[in-house]
Amino acid sequence: MSEVLVEETKGLTGVARILLSRGSIMIYVLVAVLVYCILVVPRFASVRTTGFLLLDVIPILMIATPMTLVIISGEIDLSVASTAGLASAVMGVLWAGGMNIGLVMVICLVVGLVAGTVNGILVTVIGLPSLAVTIGTLALYRGLALVVIGDNAVANFPPALTRFTTSKIGTTGIPVVMIIVAVIVIIFGVLLHFTPFGRALFALGFSSEAAEFVGIKVNRAKLYLYVATGLISAMAGIFWTLRYSSARSDNASGLELAVIAGVLLGGVSIFGGKGSIPGVIAGVLLIGVINYALRLQRISDVVLIIVTGSLLIASVVGPSLFEWLRGLRHDRRVRRELARSEHASPTIQT
Amino acid sequence: MALTRRLRRIAAGIAATTALAMLATACGGGAEPEGTATSGGGGGGGGEDLTITFIPKQLNNPYTDVVLGGGKAGAEAAGFAEAEVVGPLEASASSQVSFINAETQAGTSVIVIAANDPDAVGPALQEARDGGAKIVAFDSDTAPQYRDVFISQVVAKDVALIQTELIAEQIGGSGEIAILSATANATNQNEWIKFMEEDLKTNPKYKDIKLVAKVYGDDDDTKSFQEAQGLLQAYPNLKGIISPTTVGIAATGRYLSTSKYKGKVALTGLGLPNEMREYVKDGTVKEFALWDPAQLGQVAAWAGKALADGAITGKVGDKFTAGDLGERTVGENNIVIVGPPTRFNADNIDDYDF
Repeated sequence: MSEVLVEETKGLTGVARILLSRGSIMIYVLVAVLVYCILVVPRFASVRTTGFLLLDVIPILMIATPMTLVIISGEIDLSVASTAGLASAVMGVLWAGGMNIGLVMVICLVVGLVAGTVNGILVTVIGLPSLAVTIGTLALYRGLALVVIGDNAVANFPPALTRFTTSKIGTTGIPVVMIIVAVIVIIFGVLLHFTPFGRALFALGFSSEAAEFVGIKVNRAKLYLYVATGLISAMAGIFWTLRYSSARSDNASGLELAVIAGVLLGGVSIFGGKGSIPGVIAGVLLIGVINYALRLQRISDVVLIIVTGSLLIASVVGPSLFEWLRGLRHDRRVRRELARSEHASPTIQT
Repeated sequence: MALTRRLRRIAAGIAATTALAMLATACGGGAEPEGTATSGGGGGGGGEDLTITFIPKQLNNPYTDVVLGGGKAGAEAAGFAEAEVVGPLEASASSQVSFINAETQAGTSVIVIAANDPDAVGPALQEARDGGAKIVAFDSDTAPQYRDVFISQVVAKDVALIQTELIAEQIGGSGEIAILSATANATNQNEWIKFMEEDLKTNPKYKDIKLVAKVYGDDDDTKSFQEAQGLLQAYPNLKGIISPTTVGIAATGRYLSTSKYKGKVALTGLGLPNEMREYVKDGTVKEFALWDPAQLGQVAAWAGKALADGAITGKVGDKFTAGDLGERTVGENNIVIVGPPTRFNADNIDDYDF
């Protein structure tokens, strides 16, 4: 019996563990889809694709990084898109009011910080479930955005700035803003995978109480995460406003679903405790690539949302199915082992 | 047991090779765009292979479908090699941008767009123009600097005047009338109502017509129905109702057709032929008006063709032929007017399906 148990817990180690992890699998899938698109979809293999595709996914990529940490810690933040919308609305009104654009952006980031802090306090200090809190603030922040800017749209942002937002690095087609995104990704990636704080988040996701017992400051960690998510959401809001050179109350609406879809597809468990930043980046890019390829082929958005939805379901059901099969195999083996030992020592039968 | 261990080893091997393959293709993928970059550009200007793509505010809207149907028919008649329709499922400000980008990349000659936001689509359209595409806005305009021409359905004043004319004809030029509108702050409704009130006041033909009430059905079927009912109770001498909204006129028609006022109280306004057919046939409604949405798409397609051919540049005074609809002229602010509203009555209603 004990031998069987040892065999089960051994699992994968070293390089194989990394190569066969959920995150790596997502990267393989992404690469496979990319190669397929380059070979099959006309016009896909072009620098324009890199530019347009990345510009489309930048806001999702930005918010998905802190969102990964939030979901790994067993919580969720649905208010991100509304925070981005609120930042956009504030940006429009202040700029139209004649304020210096630098100062305007700083204030927008502060708005994001405050929005995140409110979420954090409601979840940690008051101890409400994050799903309920952030559904509430999803509506609240969007409502505030409407109060701030109403039905108006502000469009006359400094051309130099809007041009910068869509400018590319040399002839690579990669938007300059990707550098900022890369910095965000690296900061959160290092934080999650290479620091005690990051490891604490995984522990927290598995069991909040157990994490508390081993000395993790659960509430403080969660508060930080919400503040970070709010801040990055506001950054995404600023990017959105400048990229489309339009500040409106409905900017970025629905973005939270795209973000969460990317994160889950990237292998983060919705129950917390599992996931990786590289996987999430691959997940977000995968959805982006599929969307872009379908659009390039002029395939209707109806098909597009069906594909995205199915992928998401597959990504959630897949691992569960795998676990179930493994459990089944394990059971069968244990039964076989037992049967064999029974045959070997028939005296026990009586 | 040995079997599973071997399987695991094979799996690890496969993983390692895919990882290598991945690295190799990643490098290849990075380099490839450089080489093929020139093939992406292209753009319009070409003689035979002109392409046109319509980007409506959103897909799956019955009104838009009629516009697009006209557009595709027009594109075919105008001689485009390819006519496509792409668009977002929700009409949010920025949702059209990635579609414009895809068209830019496809080198589409003419992009016809109904903008959800006059500014948000701007930079993307500019990029498409830089690539050689001609931009035709229709239905809902973009900021003027981002398009070559805007195809407008009708002149607001014409819409108002045809309705006062219709009601005057139907009530014999004198009596009390009322207006059943959509919401109290709808921009287009209020503009029409303002012109109608002016017309009733200033036009000597209408001196015996008295506008007694304006009510709002909020473009809600039930509310409009109740407002119509309320009007007839409050004003027993009411001779006619103008409802400049498709929801309002259909709800009022339904009320009148089942009440004692059927055929006695006139009803006109802006309605969809498919919704109004039964009330026209049962005598509740004599005649109502609406523009033909299909013509909007048609004129947009022909304008796109004229632009792509270089026959016009979209400046004021430019003339082009919109197929069997005849000649259109580019007016003030590079706007092209499709034409006066169409009147629908028992004689012609079966010719329309929208």
